[in-house]
Amino acid sequence: MLKQIEGSQAVAQIISRCRPEVICAYPISPQTHIVEALSRLVKSGELEHCEYVNVESEFAAMSVAIGASATGARTYTATASQGLLYMTEALYNASGLGLPIVMTVANRALGSPINIWNDHSDSMSQRDSGWIQLYVESNQEAVDVHMQAFRLAEELSLPVMVCMDGFVLTHAVERVEIPEQADVDAFVPPFVPRQILDPQDPMSIGAMVGPEAYTEVRYLAHYQQMQALDLIPQLASEFEQRFGRPAGGLLRTYRCEDAETIVVALGSVIGTIEDAIDELREEGMSIGCLALKTFRPWPGEEVRSALSGCKRVVVAEKAFSVGVGGIVVENVQNAIGDLPIDLYGAIIGLGGRAVRKAALKELFTDAVDGKLASTTFVDLDRDLVRRELERMSAKRRSGAHAENMLHDVSSLVSKGV
Amino acid sequence: MFEMRLHGRGGQGVVTAAELLSIAAFNDGLHAQAFPSFGSERTGAPVMSYCRISDHEIRTREPVNNPDAVLVIDPTLLHQIDVFSGLGPDGYAVINSSRSLSELDLGDLVSRGKAERLLTVPATDLAREYLGRPLPNIAVLGAVAALTQVVTLDSLATAIRDRFKGKVGEGNVKAASAAYELIAPASGQARKPEVVDA
Repeated sequence: MLKQIEGSQAVAQIISRCRPEVICAYPISPQTHIVEALSRLVKSGELEHCEYVNVESEFAAMSVAIGASATGARTYTATASQGLLYMTEALYNASGLGLPIVMTVANRALGSPINIWNDHSDSMSQRDSGWIQLYVESNQEAVDVHMQAFRLAEELSLPVMVCMDGFVLTHAVERVEIPEQADVDAFVPPFVPRQILDPQDPMSIGAMVGPEAYTEVRYLAHYQQMQALDLIPQLASEFEQRFGRPAGGLLRTYRCEDAETIVVALGSVIGTIEDAIDELREEGMSIGCLALKTFRPWPGEEVRSALSGCKRVVVAEKAFSVGVGGIVVENVQNAIGDLPIDLYGAIIGLGGRAVRKAALKELFTDAVDGKLASTTFVDLDRDLVRRELERMSAKRRSGAHAENMLHDVSSLVSKGV
Repeated sequence: MFEMRLHGRGGQGVVTAAELLSIAAFNDGLHAQAFPSFGSERTGAPVMSYCRISDHEIRTREPVNNPDAVLVIDPTLLHQIDVFSGLGPDGYAVINSSRSLSELDLGDLVSRGKAERLLTVPATDLAREYLGRPLPNIAVLGAVAALTQVVTLDSLATAIRDRFKGKVGEGNVKAASAAYELIAPASGQARKPEVVDA
């Protein structure tokens, strides 16, 4: 049914229709409306045969998810930001044990400084956790990809993170087609676990593995995740056949056919980038966009092939590795290898800073004009940084950066600057 | 594309108002997108929300910086923050107040815009009368529908009734309709804005 609905509510409805049997969540900020809405659906009886477990922390949420999934229950949870960090140890266990948990990450920044707003720092910090990571552009795609995520997770026996931009998508009200229960049932069949903890047929999982086989067990995790590179496009194709619209997949290109410049990005910023590209195309620039849908496993061959004809690539991403630069850009560098392509990294939209179309157009124009450094922090207020650096060099006890810089910002605002 | 920015304070239903506008547009068969300006919302703090309406799919996710219409639900914000920032000379403004624009010291706004597109509406008074509570966010939407015609009153009423059941819904529909009636004659010649992209 087509509805004008908030992203979180739409995701809650599709999760419910995927018939999870255990949902566990810790109901404190950072959390989403998704699990709040699901708790109501369980309580009202609309979502049947599902146990909702209100746990005491995100660490507990993932631990309960592991236990539930190991008993063969279809298991779902959601988190963001520090909540995801608090899950970290358990995340590695979920993937290492091969438990097909599906989790929504409503992407948010990480502290310190404390910040509740959107960027990709949280999920990017867990890119090596062994979870499959899918990024969505819109709330429609969030709904559609969650359905595919259960299929993907359960067929491979691997956990899947569906990453949707916090606030930008979770709090946006827009039109979303939510598939009917019968159609969801036909696409997402009941879960048949590969391993199951059953008192009638006792076994253990989670054995300690020494040097004699650790490498092989870990290699298998890599091997299995790489299988997703075949399965993800198959599921996307089956989804499109059944539901008549594209969603998910490894990547999607936009106006890339003859493009000299290609922008690589993931998540909800793709729409704004496409608007910028249309305007730049009208101004005569040869430019397109590659929307990454799957970040783990890394679709290196597909990325290389999509970029092989262009002259330059700008990777615009909402997270970075302190002391290195962009994260996605490093992966893109690996993919393009020795191809004669100029590669630029751009850090955008950190901690909820609005990603403006005008700033994107300027960024892409600078890339074409050869004026970009290898890493650019878009919209960086250099004066604000300079003043803090000056304070630091002026005296030893210069205080806390965040407080000093906030003070600068608010005094400028009060002066009407 | 028609872009709106709504200003009010935490607790005044600023986000709900943008959502209802988007649902009304959806009911009219249009594409619409509503979202809040994300902050540490708390009661009384300035809050913004946005609504875009178009006959095309809306791809952009940037905040509305150059609105076609500004809605001010709480007039105490008028001289505290620049609620009209980015509003062009053809822009619309609907301000919840029982006073006139000149009484609100907004002569400057009138001089750089089109007078027939800028108005005040006593939405709090209407809400008190029809809803029994001074909650003006929905009544303001009736005035917006009348002035800009981006959504129809029928679709707005449907959206309001879907969100608020029973007496609260009916009271809000009455308040919005009263605001609509109040504004419609004055803006009868108002041109239907460009929801349809060229």
